[in-house]
Amino acid sequence: MSLYDARRRKNAFYVTLCYAASAFGLAWLIWILGALIMKGAPGLVPATFTEMTPAPGNTGGLLNAIVGSLIMTIVAVLVGTPIGMLAGTYLAEYGNRSKLAFVIRFINDILLSAPSIVIGLFVYQIVVAPMGHFSAIAGMVALAIIVIPVVVRTTEDMLRLVPSQLREASAALGLPKSMVIQKIAYKAARAGLTTGVLLAIARVSGETAPLLFTALNNQFYATDLNAPMSSLPVVIFQFALSPYADWQQLAWTGALIITMTVLALSIIARVLGSQRKKS
Amino acid sequence: MVDLVAQGAVETPTVFDRAKALARFKFGDRFFHGLTFTAAIAVLILLGGVIVSLIIGSIPAIQEFGFGFLVTEVWNPVTDKYGAGAAIFGTLATSIIAMVIAVPIGVGIAIFLSELCPQPLRQPIGIAIELLAGIPSIIYGIWGLFIFAPLLQEYIEPSIIAFFGPIPGLNMLFAGPPYGIGIFTAGFILAIMVLPFISSISRDVFATVPPVLKESAYGLGFTTREVVGNVVIPYTRVGIIGGVMLALGRALGETMAVTFVIGNAHRISTSVLAPGTTISATIANEFTEAVGSLYTSALIELGLILFVITFFVLAIARYMLMRIEKKGAR
Repeated sequence: MSLYDARRRKNAFYVTLCYAASAFGLAWLIWILGALIMKGAPGLVPATFTEMTPAPGNTGGLLNAIVGSLIMTIVAVLVGTPIGMLAGTYLAEYGNRSKLAFVIRFINDILLSAPSIVIGLFVYQIVVAPMGHFSAIAGMVALAIIVIPVVVRTTEDMLRLVPSQLREASAALGLPKSMVIQKIAYKAARAGLTTGVLLAIARVSGETAPLLFTALNNQFYATDLNAPMSSLPVVIFQFALSPYADWQQLAWTGALIITMTVLALSIIARVLGSQRKKS
Repeated sequence: MVDLVAQGAVETPTVFDRAKALARFKFGDRFFHGLTFTAAIAVLILLGGVIVSLIIGSIPAIQEFGFGFLVTEVWNPVTDKYGAGAAIFGTLATSIIAMVIAVPIGVGIAIFLSELCPQPLRQPIGIAIELLAGIPSIIYGIWGLFIFAPLLQEYIEPSIIAFFGPIPGLNMLFAGPPYGIGIFTAGFILAIMVLPFISSISRDVFATVPPVLKESAYGLGFTTREVVGNVVIPYTRVGIIGGVMLALGRALGETMAVTFVIGNAHRISTSVLAPGTTISATIANEFTEAVGSLYTSALIELGLILFVITFFVLAIARYMLMRIEKKGAR
């Protein structure tokens, strides 16, 4: 009986550790989000959304950074999504088990987790250096490169969830393969494909490292794509590390805005994704 | 049906030419195949382009410093002498600290979620843990610098230093003064950031264990710990290692969070509480200010080193995960 007791005690010990580990994980989430709201919420005044980033000591907002982030994110997603979707389609529908598809899948998975700062260096080399100056275009290229592997991965996964009977049925009705994919498979996987795009938006909207030396930053309101453009993450980086209290306040507010946007996007994506699995 | 669809496709409702429609289909098929194929190849070219451009960019630094670059600690923009030793050391040290903390906790969370948690709570808690992965890196940075580091400096680090002070060996590892920022802080924040990767992948691979194996173990009177330790973990070991390697790849390349709290000191210290630097933090901090082609080139070579290290770590991760997927499919 004592052996059984010892086993039970050991079990209770390990089970408690597992509970503690989960509590540990959740505690950080609550702490970080709590700190963000405490520090960032006081700055959520209209001026934050209507005024430019200020010089130290002046009042101002984050308008140019928010607009810059929106422009670069939207263009990057618009450029990266079609390429990613087509590549994902190739992997799921044409490549399948071929060696080439295997290699591409492998490479794509590596790009998916590759350090984003290296992407920044790459874009600096191929866009910024030849152009001779930093520009929003370079920032967009960098973000688009980050979007592509995310979309490739989700597109392939979601197309694989489409039952092959659907494809066979439409092929039996005489639809050519390209039409089967476009009119049947894409439609069946629509929710999943949307999830992929949302995840990609969430991923790039918080990216800072690849923008540091591509889009750089801009104190002023700029929509010229050929010039440096400010973005929320880069402004947060610059302001947070500054010694000025009002800049740091704006950094916290910006951080709150980004986090809420990103978390909202990933929760929506998840809900869409889980609906798809149930149906 | 085919005629109906084809009719729609060629948009000539008045005179319908079947042969023309079929030709159009054939062309469409070939065109779409070509299009997707090109996009897929573009992914390959992208990776090739990254590697080639980094190599080209780092040629001046490679020619100047040779292999000594990897082990030299000097980083002096004034005299134009550069070595990656401190940055490589910092990258490895922070990642190792992160793994030491995150692996047991991440696997613990996965065990909790797959074996212990009441069913209705599984999804919410799982999502909450995964949200940790959704928080952008820069948020961890600003939180770490303004909230976590002062706390460490004030309360935790002094007691660590006092505790390990009298122990020979360990007192070198935890030598003061308490800065709050440094290798340990960066490693700890990295641990929180990679936690969700380890727990969600472990949870996924735990789900590949055939229920009948677990049920028969429980049926023999195994406790939960024994089922997990003797059935679940041995069955999924490869997958867990894959998940850990994936998390390691993330930790190695993580930039913004580390840049805030690492302290940016180009030196190798025996104390984990001392400020240091990592490859990514060095690039993020210095690239835009780098004047002179050798300085830029040295930074690009750092990027190349980082990319090569993460490439191999991630490749191993994917290989391991692929093996467990095959096992699950069987």
